[in-house]
Amino acid sequence: MINTSVNICGVELKNPVMTASGTFGSGREFSDFIDLNRLGAVVVKGVAAVPWKGNPAPRIAEVYGGMLNSVGLQNPGVDWFIENDIPFLRQFDTKIIVNVCGHSVEEYENVVRKLQGQDIDMLELNISCPNVSEGGMSFGTDPKMAEKTVKAVKKLADKPLIVKLTPNVTDITEIAKAAVSGGADALSLINTLTGMKIDIYRRKPVLQRKVGGMSGPAVKPVAVRMVYQVCKAVDVPVIGMGGISNAEDALEFIMAGATGVSLGTANFTDPYATIKTIDGIEDYMKKYGVNDLSEIRGIIE
Amino acid sequence: MKKTETAKVLSNNKLAEGIFDITLECPEVSALAKAGQFIEIYPDNGANLLARPISICEIKENALRIVFQTVGKGTKLFSEYKMGDKVRILGTCGNGYDLKNGSALLVGGGIGVPPLLETAKQLISAGSKVNVVLGFRSGSFLSDEFEKLGAEVHIATDDGSVGFKGNVVDLIKAEKLAAETVYACGPKIMLKFLSMHCEGQNMPLQVSMEERMACGIGACVGCVVKIRDEVSADGWTYKKVCKDGPVFDSREVCWE
Repeated sequence: MINTSVNICGVELKNPVMTASGTFGSGREFSDFIDLNRLGAVVVKGVAAVPWKGNPAPRIAEVYGGMLNSVGLQNPGVDWFIENDIPFLRQFDTKIIVNVCGHSVEEYENVVRKLQGQDIDMLELNISCPNVSEGGMSFGTDPKMAEKTVKAVKKLADKPLIVKLTPNVTDITEIAKAAVSGGADALSLINTLTGMKIDIYRRKPVLQRKVGGMSGPAVKPVAVRMVYQVCKAVDVPVIGMGGISNAEDALEFIMAGATGVSLGTANFTDPYATIKTIDGIEDYMKKYGVNDLSEIRGIIE
Repeated sequence: MKKTETAKVLSNNKLAEGIFDITLECPEVSALAKAGQFIEIYPDNGANLLARPISICEIKENALRIVFQTVGKGTKLFSEYKMGDKVRILGTCGNGYDLKNGSALLVGGGIGVPPLLETAKQLISAGSKVNVVLGFRSGSFLSDEFEKLGAEVHIATDDGSVGFKGNVVDLIKAEKLAAETVYACGPKIMLKFLSMHCEGQNMPLQVSMEERMACGIGACVGCVVKIRDEVSADGWTYKKVCKDGPVFDSREVCWE
């Protein structure tokens, strides 16, 4: 009997497969296609203290083996989320992880304060979005700032706190250690890599905001490397993401040390990608005699 | 309701320079289709990940007809499909036109023309009198098919090679065309000037918008347009072309 379940900070997920924030809404759009009950967890699109409009279009550009986005965390705010999305997601037997975004420490605090006592399972602090001009990634590129922000949020959090890291730094282990010393219960990585695409016929950037965040299969080797480095550097559970499209990709991250894995851009290119990944992990375990994912987690020295 | 399906290419014809006409056998998706909706077609070549949103030109028994322009790598790939090729699609996407009783004016510009064919077909079979205004840079395509349906067709071209020399809005003004409902699809600039005209004439106008998309189902929030919103402090909000649209009431759109 194989056991696909994983435990992250005391929260038991039926399998390690989650959805990367911002690629799955709160699951509604995918319920036409897949059974949300099968997911380890749904990590919802970033939630702010008040509604955010996001950035002007075009927000999307395709690049080789991936894409750029500059959505800018458009969201209807935490009050709307609590009223509409928590009841929707609670119909399903899956864990709810709420991604929290803000322009300032106070804004992060306001979201987390409102989420106190709500029926959710974990929080994911987004200090890594490249598409907002204040806050966002700026909190995740300076170790001191990262530690300070995590510490402030952790004080108010009544659920385990995951901190999502940006790859747009020289040494991601420094930020990882800072987040852990600030009180992070788990880490998730990587957010998108900043990128740019120019339309040579119009002689203009494709994205209205010029730069955006790159995701998709093309970033996967960078993400595997960073997850490996972070898993070696800290003792908290790590949720790996960055270009995961199938079980083979997910297993790479697990062998690099990740406890959970998230699919992001793959949801856009195949709405069934999460389910195929869950099935594929089970098939791999059966075929290669793995009874529990802990047997292969972090096996790369 | 949306489904994914592996569609089979039944035919692929070149209609004009860079304009292709493909019929896809897709019983599940075609059963869901409405005039003015679109489907997502995945290039599935490894390099180009994102599906291309392509409007539905005609809804057939167990099949959909699409007419599209080659603008980049994805549509170039589609243009090379051969009979019998298998294509992964998702659909149907978006709201489609809200077809009203009474006279109709259909206004299409360039590659905005195809979705109006199914729209005309349904309006005519419902008994509406349909005037169609089609605008092209040069030459024309699909206009004979609108005529066959029984629509009165007016053509405008930028270079005067076919019909009226000028844009569709000037043609509508010159011929004093009017209707109880106007349905349009085309470049944003055309829709904007048409919207100004229709507002002046008190004609309700439904516009089909376009924006760069990733998912096509409302999850990525990439394909937004500015829509009036009285609840919002600054009077507007971003809505999704793929889910809230692609068809909007022109009076709701913040034209820029």
